[in-house]
Amino acid sequence: MLNSSALENLEKITQKNMPKEDMISPGHRACQGCAEVLALAMVMRVAGPNTIVANATGCMEIITSPFPQTAWKIPWMHVAFNNTSAVAAGIEAGIKALERKGRIPAKKPNVIAVGGDGATFDIGLQALSGALERGHNFVYVCLDNEAYMNTGVQRSSATPLGAMTTTSPVGSKFQGQQTWKKDMPGIAAAHNIPYVATANPGFHLDLMNKVKKALTVEGPAYLHIYSACPTGWRSKPEKSIEISKLAVQTNIFPLYEIVHGKLTITKNIKKPKPVVEYLKTQRRFAHLKEPDLQFIQEQTDAYLARLQKLEADSASS
Amino acid sequence: MSKAIGLEVSLAIAEAVKQANVDVISAYPITPQTHIVEELSVYVANGELDAEYIPVESEHSAMSAAIGSSAAGARSYTATAAQGLAYMHETLFIASGMRLPIVMTVANRSLSAPISIWNDHSDIMAERDIGWVQLFGENGQEAYELSIMAFKIAEDHRVLLPVCVNIDGFILTHMIEPVTFIDQARIDEFLPPFKPALTLNPEKPVTMGPVGVPEVYTESRKQCEQALWRSHKVVREVFDEWYKKFDHEYKLIEKNGDLQGKTLFVTMGSQGETTMNAVENLQSQGESVGQVRIRLWRPFPREEFLEAIKGADRIIVIDRALSLGAYSGPVAQEILALLYSQEIRPRVYNIIAGLGGRDVTVNDFKEMYAQALKDSLDPNYTIWGVCSDAK
Repeated sequence: MLNSSALENLEKITQKNMPKEDMISPGHRACQGCAEVLALAMVMRVAGPNTIVANATGCMEIITSPFPQTAWKIPWMHVAFNNTSAVAAGIEAGIKALERKGRIPAKKPNVIAVGGDGATFDIGLQALSGALERGHNFVYVCLDNEAYMNTGVQRSSATPLGAMTTTSPVGSKFQGQQTWKKDMPGIAAAHNIPYVATANPGFHLDLMNKVKKALTVEGPAYLHIYSACPTGWRSKPEKSIEISKLAVQTNIFPLYEIVHGKLTITKNIKKPKPVVEYLKTQRRFAHLKEPDLQFIQEQTDAYLARLQKLEADSASS
Repeated sequence: MSKAIGLEVSLAIAEAVKQANVDVISAYPITPQTHIVEELSVYVANGELDAEYIPVESEHSAMSAAIGSSAAGARSYTATAAQGLAYMHETLFIASGMRLPIVMTVANRSLSAPISIWNDHSDIMAERDIGWVQLFGENGQEAYELSIMAFKIAEDHRVLLPVCVNIDGFILTHMIEPVTFIDQARIDEFLPPFKPALTLNPEKPVTMGPVGVPEVYTESRKQCEQALWRSHKVVREVFDEWYKKFDHEYKLIEKNGDLQGKTLFVTMGSQGETTMNAVENLQSQGESVGQVRIRLWRPFPREEFLEAIKGADRIIVIDRALSLGAYSGPVAQEILALLYSQEIRPRVYNIIAGLGGRDVTVNDFKEMYAQALKDSLDPNYTIWGVCSDAK
């Protein structure tokens, strides 16, 4: 399924040759400082005009498509919350059949499914798993802002431990999210698909190159993109990129890719900053006490160590 | 046209779908629909049918994938039953709201609980308002022919709506019936390839499924409803064309027995064939009795139905589903609402019979007739064959 030489010979996207044509028009209705739409726009710039998008219900769907307006310059479809991967699978299969039967020109458009963390980690997980397992040639992009922001900041299984949301409130008995974030890229990778990567709009070239790789491989690819949300995180809108970078610099959100089962950390942080520096940028973590912070630091270190071990195992195999 | 062969009805439906040259099939197993899609997967595996077969992980995804493939411009098909149809629920409204001409066979089966794999209409009756054209077949030949006609109706640009063909689970799907297949060349002439109005095409980008703000939501729903009403004429035209080409006549409302009968049974689906035997039997005893069979359930053919029951003193409406908490079954509700505006109305008896695969025999229908004549049936509805004081 994987054409690994195609990936090796891929021309790298650099600051100089970076695609600049937007597939999403300005004037959409995202909040100030929304890093999610920023990341989405980066994905679509790389994908270019020969692309079809299936978008789950959520912020990106709402802000780009209030009829009669649309921000989309490429064919785009929204069906429901939980089924975007199945819709994308149908689109991919339909195009494949029609091209094979000579009913449409064989242009092999990119098929990209877009969902937030709720649509990916929770309600759409089954459809995603099915589409990954069946090997459809599509890219799934999870834009992870770590809660149900569109409906008013309710917790999801992507919400980090301790974070305050409207359904993981700070009470007298317990405070904030009580569970550790689900390892969604790990779940995607367990489907033995050719390409899985984490990305972050604070590192735009890394993100864009990963999009290019995801689109190049034959078969399913999964991109997990960190998406800072000032509204839900109670952070300053002008700090979104700074916070995005901190997420990587503190190893809260390590950047890595898994090509054909082999994991590589794509951004090694030589001197990681303490996670507290990241946590204090967002008021959703404001209530956390010293033992909580210490626990989060330990878990963050342990997760990185696990990734490093996987990387070492990949290198030696 | 070739000779009739004895064949399981599910396989006849699969043959129809193959002859319709579908591009994408997405399906999830559920009894009693499985034989249809099993056969289609064999056609695809053998190269007899050039299509993509997507073995999805749920019915919700079966309909979602069909929505995606239909939007891409592909002729798309799926089949389901009971819990599977219920699991599709939200996507069924989306398929019609987005005007996608998907065709689906529903192998009608009862809904849980208690779980029952057997036949009744509770699955489709829970989906009356989905905005699909809804047809009912009564035998194997009809199942085959309606499955081909469904694509023509769905894809007509005056309609562009999904169509479901209801086939009674087991009683029809698993029955071996004589079926006469039509030559492929003649099917191709009847059903040219799907020409979609709009597709997901990078050369001509469109936004599908945008947010329907309050200023447009009602208009959008009305457009969908208007398309469904327009389909009434298109169904009739397609039936007429079929009759001209293949010499097999279909009507939106069928009638048999004494056409001027004082008492009329109203049925839908394969159970109507048992009713026919009872009607013939009663007629031979000199009774003034006939039968009206609803073939097109959505959009409901109001004028044709009123014409069919004209002059009757009483009608016995057979429902194969309960509408819990209402004063009649779903088909009777429809008819009672229709009759309210009529100056001359027959007496309406409603009998709910044959739930969860319970057999309803010729003698049962004769007994219903006798009780209706004596006016000894419940004025609202009677659940046939159970102890009435349990109500």
